[in-house]
Amino acid sequence: MVETQTKPKLKEHRINRAWCKGCGICVAFCPKQVLELDDQDKAVAARPEDCIACKLCELRCPDLAIEIITE
Amino acid sequence: MAVKDFIRERFFPHIWCPGCGHGIVLNSLLRAVESLGMSKNEIVMVSGIGCSSRISGYLDFHTLHTIHGRALAFATGVKLSRPELNLIVPMGDGDALAIGGNHFIHAARRNIDLTAIVMNNRIYGMTGGQFSPLSGCGVMATTAPFATVDQSFDVAELARAAGATFVARSTTYHVQQLTKLLREAILHEGFSVVEVLTQCPTYFGRRNKMGGAVEMMKWFKDNTTPVGSKAKTENPALIERGIFVQTERPEYCKAYDQVIERAQKGKK
Repeated sequence: MVETQTKPKLKEHRINRAWCKGCGICVAFCPKQVLELDDQDKAVAARPEDCIACKLCELRCPDLAIEIITE
Repeated sequence: MAVKDFIRERFFPHIWCPGCGHGIVLNSLLRAVESLGMSKNEIVMVSGIGCSSRISGYLDFHTLHTIHGRALAFATGVKLSRPELNLIVPMGDGDALAIGGNHFIHAARRNIDLTAIVMNNRIYGMTGGQFSPLSGCGVMATTAPFATVDQSFDVAELARAAGATFVARSTTYHVQQLTKLLREAILHEGFSVVEVLTQCPTYFGRRNKMGGAVEMMKWFKDNTTPVGSKAKTENPALIERGIFVQTERPEYCKAYDQVIERAQKGKK
């Protein structure tokens, strides 16, 4: 019970498609393989239910295009 | 304050290539500044010329985009006239150590309170992929089609020898460490140098068949090790990351204040 309160829970992946350049860094380094590039080479959260909200994608995005919103 | 409050959103998406490490340095720097709780008006960013120096345009601090290699000279002027401000000087490897090599060692010698960030992608990206003093031996570049024969500087050793009182290194893969080091460098009183190994997939990666941004970042992961680790003794080729120097020495602006005081004695 305590654990669920301390761990941040994902609300949404806010991805700015206009800023994303499709470099794939977020996709490659996501520890849970949550992200993918779509047919337009933009990052999308394909499996958001697996996200642990570690924010590594947000921290490594060279284009400041990903924001992890937690509850 | 959210990190977005520190940027000039109207200039985004930025000019850098897909996967360019400079964007990751920008990202880490924003988080370091955010964690310090500083106001935008307390920070002055001074940059020179090159891909990396474009960073000053994207940040909503006081910013000066100056001439090639001379960012530290401009920053010295700003710091001496307004010592209460925090000066951050992002530079590329060529900007800092070829064109600006002299300014770099003398800023370190004076121990003036500036934070120099050397964004080392081992190439001149903006002008088409010429080799730089940090490319190292055996590197392919547009000006070295049969590979370079030049040895590279070790930025950390150079900065230490020149007198910098805070010297650290990290990479764009190790973002959490990078943010922490940038934060400590800004807090340090004296000349601080943070070298960041960053990827240029367009020129360095392509010419040297290192793959794209992801493969280059994996290279940083596999070829670096924390300072003083056992792995380094077993494999000396590994590049160390972490804090190399953290000492105290009289800071230049403070020392100069004493000169002013001595000169004005008896004249008031």
